[in-house]
Amino acid sequence: MISEIHRHGQDIEKGSSLGRDAWLRLKKNHLAMASLWFFVVILAFCFLLPLFKFIPNPNITHPDLQSMPAFSSATSMEGQDVFYLLGSDHLGRDIFARILHGGRVSLFVGFLATAVSLTIGVIYGAVSGYTGGRVDAAMMRFVDILYALPFMIIVIILTTYFGNNLWLLFVCIGAVEWLTMSRIVRGQVISLKNQEFVEAARSLGLSQWRIIFRHLIPNTIGPVIVYTTLTVPAVMRLEAILSFLGLGVQPPNASWGSLIKEGADRMASDPGLLIYPAIVFGLTLFSLNFLGDGLRDALDPKSSKD
Amino acid sequence: MISPRPRKIDPSLAQPCFVSVPTLFDRRLNPVSFALVGSGDGARKGAKAQRHYSSCSAALRLCVILSSAIIAFSQTSCRKERKVDIATREKILLLGNGDEPKALDPHLVSSVGDSNILRATLEGLTTFHPADDTKHEPGVAERWEPNEDFTEWKFFLRKNAKWSNGDPVTAHDFVYSYNRILHPEMAAPYASMLYFLKNGEAFNKGEIEDFAEVGVKAENDYLLVCTLERPTPFLPDVVKHTTWLPVHQPTIEKFGTMTEAFTDWQKPGNHVSNGAFQLTEWRINAHVKVRRNPHYWDAKNVKPNGINFYPIPNSFTEEKAFRNGLLHYTYIIPSNLISHYRDDNDPSLRSETYAGVYFYRCNTKEKPMDNVDFRRALAYAINQETIVKYVKMGGEQPAYGYTPPSEVGYKPPNVIEHDPQKAREFLKKAGYESGKDVPEFTVLFNTTEEHKSIAVAIQDMWKKTLGIEKVKIENQEWKVFQQTLFDMKYDVGRAGWIGDYGDPTTFLGMWQTDDSNNYTGWSNADFDRLLKESSYAKSTKDRYRILGEAEAILLDEVPILPIYWYTRVYLISPDVKNWNPLLLDNHPYKHIDLVPSGQTGKETE
Amino acid sequence: METARFILSRFLQSVFALVCIIAITFFLARLAPGGPFLDEKAVPEHLLEKMQEKYGFDRPLIVQFGIYLGNLVQGDLGPSFGNKGYSVNEIIAQGFPVSLMLGVVGLGIALAIGIPIGVFAAARKNTATDYILMTIAMIGICLPTFVIAPLLGEWLAIHLGWFDVAFWEGSSAWVLGSLTLGLYYSAYIARLTRGSMLDVLNQDFIRTARSKGVSPLKILFKHAFRGGITPVVAYLGPALAGLLGGSFVVETVFGLPGLGQHFIKAATNRDYWLINGTVTVFAVLIILMNFVVDVVQAWLDPRTKSKG
Repeated sequence: MISEIHRHGQDIEKGSSLGRDAWLRLKKNHLAMASLWFFVVILAFCFLLPLFKFIPNPNITHPDLQSMPAFSSATSMEGQDVFYLLGSDHLGRDIFARILHGGRVSLFVGFLATAVSLTIGVIYGAVSGYTGGRVDAAMMRFVDILYALPFMIIVIILTTYFGNNLWLLFVCIGAVEWLTMSRIVRGQVISLKNQEFVEAARSLGLSQWRIIFRHLIPNTIGPVIVYTTLTVPAVMRLEAILSFLGLGVQPPNASWGSLIKEGADRMASDPGLLIYPAIVFGLTLFSLNFLGDGLRDALDPKSSKD
Repeated sequence: MISPRPRKIDPSLAQPCFVSVPTLFDRRLNPVSFALVGSGDGARKGAKAQRHYSSCSAALRLCVILSSAIIAFSQTSCRKERKVDIATREKILLLGNGDEPKALDPHLVSSVGDSNILRATLEGLTTFHPADDTKHEPGVAERWEPNEDFTEWKFFLRKNAKWSNGDPVTAHDFVYSYNRILHPEMAAPYASMLYFLKNGEAFNKGEIEDFAEVGVKAENDYLLVCTLERPTPFLPDVVKHTTWLPVHQPTIEKFGTMTEAFTDWQKPGNHVSNGAFQLTEWRINAHVKVRRNPHYWDAKNVKPNGINFYPIPNSFTEEKAFRNGLLHYTYIIPSNLISHYRDDNDPSLRSETYAGVYFYRCNTKEKPMDNVDFRRALAYAINQETIVKYVKMGGEQPAYGYTPPSEVGYKPPNVIEHDPQKAREFLKKAGYESGKDVPEFTVLFNTTEEHKSIAVAIQDMWKKTLGIEKVKIENQEWKVFQQTLFDMKYDVGRAGWIGDYGDPTTFLGMWQTDDSNNYTGWSNADFDRLLKESSYAKSTKDRYRILGEAEAILLDEVPILPIYWYTRVYLISPDVKNWNPLLLDNHPYKHIDLVPSGQTGKETE
Repeated sequence: METARFILSRFLQSVFALVCIIAITFFLARLAPGGPFLDEKAVPEHLLEKMQEKYGFDRPLIVQFGIYLGNLVQGDLGPSFGNKGYSVNEIIAQGFPVSLMLGVVGLGIALAIGIPIGVFAAARKNTATDYILMTIAMIGICLPTFVIAPLLGEWLAIHLGWFDVAFWEGSSAWVLGSLTLGLYYSAYIARLTRGSMLDVLNQDFIRTARSKGVSPLKILFKHAFRGGITPVVAYLGPALAGLLGGSFVVETVFGLPGLGQHFIKAATNRDYWLINGTVTVFAVLIILMNFVVDVVQAWLDPRTKSKG
C-alpha cells in the first residue's frame, strides 16, 4: 500500500512544472521561436564576431573613401586595401563593423537599463500594492512626482555634472522606466491580493516579504514580461534621442541610436547610412516584441488559443 | 503676443486634387463581424474555413482600396503658387537666419543672426557697400575726416536722417548710445568693440565714472568727434559694426532707464529705428518681420518692401524649406548635400570666401599642451587638405596661417602645413619616444555633426601619423563648453572666429596677454609689443608688416592649431539680385532686389 | 461623499506633487555648472558680478526659491535670459498653443489609429490580419521620431506637395508634426488595446453574450471595450507627457515654434526662469491628466478607488 502511494507520488513528480509547461507551449509558437533564434544570432554577431580579425576596426577613418557602396573594395590614399561589406560612411569607416560595435553598446544599455528598472519597479510596485493604505498612497504620489519631472532637462543637467558617459546613461534611463513598471505591478498585486491563495498563505503564517516575493510577484509575470519587451525598445529609442541631442555615446564610439541619427541626417545623400542600421535595429526590436508576446502566451495559462 | 490660429490646409488644395475615396467602413467589408460570427463553439471546421477565406479577402480588399487612393492622390498634384514666388512679387525677402535672436538691441547682441536683423533696422555712421568690403558707404554720416595721426576722427552727419517716428538723428544720439553700451551697469557683452575710444575701456571697467572723459563728443547736432586711444586708421570700418549702432533715447527711456536690459523697447510697435526698415513682428522661434521705414533718408532707393527672417537652427529643415519654395535664401547648407547641388550645377548654390578661421585652442597652462614642441607636432600632423576636401566639402581653404587672407591686402605668413615627418620630429623633441607615451588628453567641441566629424578625423590623423592612442573626443553643449573654456579646464577646444571688421587686428588682437577672448593662457611679450607698435606704423604697408611679424610668433608657438578658413556655402534663389559675395557677409539689404527669374523653379525634388 | 473625499485628497496630493517638482527642478537647475551669461565673446569679470547682483543670484538659494514661489503664485514667471526682453509668461503664451495643438491632435491620431488596429487585431487573433497589423504597429515603435519626421517631410511635403514642410504661420507643416508624434503612440496604444481586449474577450461574460446571440459589433464595442480600454486610459497620462516633452524633435524638424524647443534650449542655456516656467506648465498638465485619469479609472473600476 505504502509503496504504491510512493510510486504514484513519483509519477506525479515527473509531471510538468510551470516553467516546463511554458517552454513546451513556447516551442509551439513558431513566430516566437524564430524571434528567439534571430535574437540569439544578433547577440552572437554583436558580441562575438568583432573578436575576429576580418572585421575591421570601426574607428579607422578613410575620408577619401567616403560613401562607398556595399560589397566594394578600394585602396585608400595611404595605400591600404579595404573591403566594405555594407559600404562606408561619410568618413570612410566600415558600416558593418560600426553596426556590430554599436550593437554591443545598444544591447548593453538596453538590457542593463531594463534590468535596473525591472528590479526597482517590480519590488516597489509589489510592496506598494500589497501594503495599501497610506503607505501605498504616498509611494504612488512619489511616482507621480517623478513622472512629471521632465526627463530631458534632468538628463541635460546631470550630464553637466558627470560628463557624457555610458553609466550615467543607463542609470538615467533605468531611473525613468521603472515608474510605469511599478504602476503595472501595483495594479496586478492589488487585484491579486484579495484572492484566496493569498489568504491561505497569510493564515499559514508566512511573512509579508515571503508572500510578496514567492507568491504575488511570480503571478505578475505576464504583464511584467509584456512590459519588459516594450521597455527594451523604449530604452533603445531613448538612447537614440539622447544621441540626437549629442548626449550619450561619445564619438568615435557608436550605438545603433547614434548610427541612425547620423544616417537620418544624411538620408538624402547617403541612404545606406540610415537603412542598414535601421533595419538591424528594427528587426531586433521586432524579434524582442514577438518573443515577448510568445512568452506571455506561454506563461499565462489563462490565455486561450482558439 | 498670441498670433491667430493657423489656417487649415489651403482650400485650393481641396478642389482639383481630392478624389472621393470609397468608404472603408462598408459593413460588408468589416472583418470583425466575420470573425465573431465564426468563433462559436459549434460548426468549427466550416466556420474556420469561412473565417480564413473572409479574412484574407478582407485584408486584400483593404490593400487594394488604400493603394488606389494613394495612387489617385499622387497623380493629381496641384501646382499652386509657391510662397516664395508670392514673396518675390510682393518684394519681401524670405531669409533663413540661423538661431533665434537673443535680443534686438544692438548693445546686447553679439551673434551674426542678430546682427543681420539689426543691420536692416538700424544704420550707423557708415554703412556697407553692396559689393566691395574695402569701401565704406555714407550712412548717417555724409563724410568723415581723420586728423594727421589718426587719433581723432570727425564725422559730419547729414541733416535729413530721421528715426522711424520722424525725430531727426543727431550726434547726441550717438553719444548717448556709446555711453549706454560702455556703461558698466549695462553689462554689454561686446562692449570691448568700443575700447578704441579714448578711456572707453576705463569707463567700461568702472575706473572712470564720468562719461564726459570718454573720447566721443557731439560738437554740435551734426558733428561727432571721436578721440581714440591709439592711432586707428580703420575706424570708419569699425563704426559699421552692430555695437556702434545708435539707439533712440526717448524710446529707451520711455520703457526703463538707459541701462535697463530687459525692457519692452525692442518689441514691435515700440522699436524705433533709423534704418531702411522697421520692426513689425517678432514671434519667438518663428519669425522676425521688418517692413519699409518711410522716414529713412534714402527711402526712395530702398528696393525691398520688407524682409522676413526665419530662425531655423536645423540646417536640414532649412534646406528642405528652400526646396519646398518657402525661402529665398538659406543661412547655411549641410556639408553632405553640397555635392548634390554641385553635381547638378545648380545656380542656387553659392560658395564664397568668408573672413573666419576654424581652429583648435590649446590650454598652454596644463600638461601635455604646455609643451610647445608637442603642440607643433599636433599642428603639423593635421592633414588640412583632407579635412577641407572630404569632410567639409564646401570649398574651404586649408589655413596655413591664422588671419584669413583678405582683400584689404594682408596676407598671413605661410607657416602651418601638413608635414608628417616634421610632426614626428617635434614629437621626439617634446620628449615622447612614440605616440603611445603621450598621456591622455581630450578634444572638446560644442555639439554639432560637423564639429564631430572633424574631430573624429583629426583624432584618427594623430593616431596614424604620430601613433597617439589616447585622445578622447567629447562634446559639450554650448553653455557648458563656454564655461569650461572660461575656467581653463580643457586640453584642446574647438573654436571659430569671424572677423568683426576688415583689419587684421580683429583676428590678432585676441591673442594679447589676458585678452578676454584668449582662453589659452598663452602670453608672449614680443607679440604684445608688436601689436601695440603696429598702431603707430607710418603706412598701411608698414602696419601689415609688423602685424605679420606678430602673427609669425603666434604661428611659431602654436597655442592654437589652425585648420581651415571659412567659406560661406548657402542656397539662394535666382530671384534675388545684387546679393554679392562679401568677405564679412554684411549685405546692405536696401540694395537687394527681387525679380522673378522667369522660371517657376523646380517644385518637387 | 466618498467620491468627494477621494477627489479632494487626490487634488491635495497633486498640489503637493507640483510643489515638489518645482522645487526639484529649481535646485537642480541652479546647482548645475555654467550660468546664463556666457557667450563666445567673453563677458569680463566685473560685469559678471554686476549681472549676478541684478538678478539676485547672490542671495542664498532658499531665499531665491521663496521669492520665486511668491511670484509664481501671483502669476509672474520671471524674465527669460535666452530671449531677452520677453518674460516667461509671454514665451509660454506664444509657444503653448503650438505644443498643445501638436500634442492633442497627435494623441487623437494615435487613438484613432491605435485603438481600431488593436481591436481588430484582438478580434482576429493569430490570423494574417493580426500579424500584419501588429507588424505595422511595430514599425511605429521601432523607428525613432527623428527618422520618421524628415521622411514624412520629404515624401508628403516635398514629393507629393500635400503639405508645407516647415513653419507655423500660414503653414500646414504642423499636420506632419502631429502625424509623426501620433504614429509612434498609435503603435503603443494598438499593442495595449490588443492585449487587454484579448484578456477581456476570453472572459465568461463575453462567452455568455455571444451564446445569447448578441451582435458581434455590440459585443466588441459595448461589452468588451469598457474593460479593454482601461490600460489605454491609464496610458493617456504618460502618453500626453511624452507627446509634450518629446515634441522637441518634431518642432526642430518642421520649424514649429512650440514649447518643446524652449524646454531643451532653456536647459542648454541655463535660462533658469524659463526652465522652471516650462517645467511648471508641463507638470501642471501632466498632473491634471493623471488626476482626470485616476477619476475616470475609479469610475470604470471601483476597486481602485477604495485603495486610493
